[in-house]
Amino acid sequence: MERDEIVLSPLYSVLVTGPCSVLMWRVAANRLVALVPIMLGVTFLVFGLLHIMPGDPARAMLGPEASQEDIIELRAELGLDRPFFVQYGIWLWDIAHLDLGRSISSKRPVTEIIAEHWPATAELTIVAMFFATLLGAIVGIVSAVKANTFVDHSARTVTFIFLAMPGFWMGLEMIIIFGHHLIWFPISGRGEPGFDRIWHMVMPGFVLGTGTWAFLSRILRSSMLEVLSSDYIRTAEAKGLTRRSIIFKHALKNALIPFVTITGMSLGALLGGAVITETVFNYPGIGSEMVRAILARDAPIVQGIVLLLAFVFVAANLLVDITYMMLDPRIRVEGRRQ
Amino acid sequence: MSERQSPLAAFWRDFRRNRLAMVGLTIVVILLLAALASFVIAPYDVVVSQDRTQRLAGPSVSHWLGCDELGRDVLLRLLYGSRISLLVGITVVAIGMTMGTMLGLVSGHFGGWVDSLIMRIVDIFLAFPFFLLAIAVAGFLGPSLRNAILALGIASVPSYTRIVRGSVLSIREMTFVESAVVAGAGNIRIMVVHIFPNLIGTLLVYGTLRISTAIMAEAGLSYLGIGAQDPLPTWGKMLSNLREHMLFHPWHILAPGMAILITVMGFNFLGDGLRDLLDPRLRKVMGAQGGAE
Repeated sequence: MERDEIVLSPLYSVLVTGPCSVLMWRVAANRLVALVPIMLGVTFLVFGLLHIMPGDPARAMLGPEASQEDIIELRAELGLDRPFFVQYGIWLWDIAHLDLGRSISSKRPVTEIIAEHWPATAELTIVAMFFATLLGAIVGIVSAVKANTFVDHSARTVTFIFLAMPGFWMGLEMIIIFGHHLIWFPISGRGEPGFDRIWHMVMPGFVLGTGTWAFLSRILRSSMLEVLSSDYIRTAEAKGLTRRSIIFKHALKNALIPFVTITGMSLGALLGGAVITETVFNYPGIGSEMVRAILARDAPIVQGIVLLLAFVFVAANLLVDITYMMLDPRIRVEGRRQ
Repeated sequence: MSERQSPLAAFWRDFRRNRLAMVGLTIVVILLLAALASFVIAPYDVVVSQDRTQRLAGPSVSHWLGCDELGRDVLLRLLYGSRISLLVGITVVAIGMTMGTMLGLVSGHFGGWVDSLIMRIVDIFLAFPFFLLAIAVAGFLGPSLRNAILALGIASVPSYTRIVRGSVLSIREMTFVESAVVAGAGNIRIMVVHIFPNLIGTLLVYGTLRISTAIMAEAGLSYLGIGAQDPLPTWGKMLSNLREHMLFHPWHILAPGMAILITVMGFNFLGDGLRDLLDPRLRKVMGAQGGAE
């Protein structure tokens, strides 16, 4: 800690406190290690959920006409007659080898089903994130710069409405208006590769990103207002800089820090929301597949998808933390002190 | 502030000045009245009774908002739905808040390995996006309104635990807690009598905002078919039933959607208003929380 008092050489700051410093990677590596027990807990929870599910998977796989002997045989084959923790251990071993079991209804490997549907959901989430950050940034900046004017009031009213709007209802209304009456956008499916795909993602992507952009714009508005009232902005104004340069070069940089964090954290909302949005638009992603599997009581698929989404969410949060450290030197230094 | 005013009167005076909070309160009161009225004018046997001749009928004198795909009155079902939505909002928050507050109090007050253990478990639950966890739990428990409420309640426990623990950590450092310790108060007494009363403001604000999250999430679960089942008239279920007919009867899905929108907005306004009055610090905490859901 004594080092803090020493004037740091430029080389030292690059290696030890810079945005891509050795130290920062060490902090990141520590965070990664800390994730191991959490992810183990996640697998345990997902596996445990299967056991509170009513019904016997072996019976479900064989159908109602199966004999008792067949069921017992299949239970032994699937390892269902073994103790809970042994089953968990085997399951975990399989996951480590990317084997998530087989679907009860179609008997296909779960990894295959996920690999088939995941790209669609990933694309949709990216499109939603694009809408969310773009609209969130525009509305937030305009709202803050024109604070307490008519423009600001209308923008905030709109965000309040969009924050309270259930995504599936909004999706249905958009299907009626833009899909059925105006025929601007396709109302279901994923389309052919290429431009058609993007066209198919406009409506679901917008719906999925809606809550997030409304929320982000509110965050950006308040952080922007806070920054705009700070001393260094007054200095910049006194220096005679143009309003545009003050807003975009000086204020925005600092105001964006909470925006970036919340954007990353919103990924959870998007992944959860994708389940509904995909169902509304009949979009063949992982979310609509999960709903189908839940209604068909196809546990291995549900397990696999929940597990994947939790992994993606946790990984994204880690990335956000690292980005955060790069953006904000204060956090880097705190990380160093730990 | 005049000195004669009681704290409650002072609070009410400040509250009335907050326009959005008043709008929120009005919406919530109307919703309560609608839910109460439903016991009189929309009993269960009326809202499930079908009149085949009125299938998908438009608005008329006898059916103000028309009828649904089975000839059931949309307005009456909407009223009955307000009862369910309120029930869902309040019970989900009650489950999450009770368990979360107990865990958070214990975690923050005792610290040490108890704290580590509880917070690690909370971290595991927070590794799932809120709605995804609710879908998974509800899906595994089997589709019904009761299971949906249970799932949403369980899924919201971790966020309460986190918020309560954070508050407890700062309250516990205050001198009045220290003097209670010196006076020989036991752990339970300190937690219940000295720390808990200081959490009420935070819990009231957060709970109000979470009611809207719960109502929206339940509507989502019911829409997916993982929540309430037919013929129970919940807003989400009404939307999913009318979906097949919406292209040719677009007006029918307007009412249930608007009901959810206005209700959620009402609780959001009320919660925001309460927060500005009771606990402005919470703005930051919840800014970070809300985005994750």
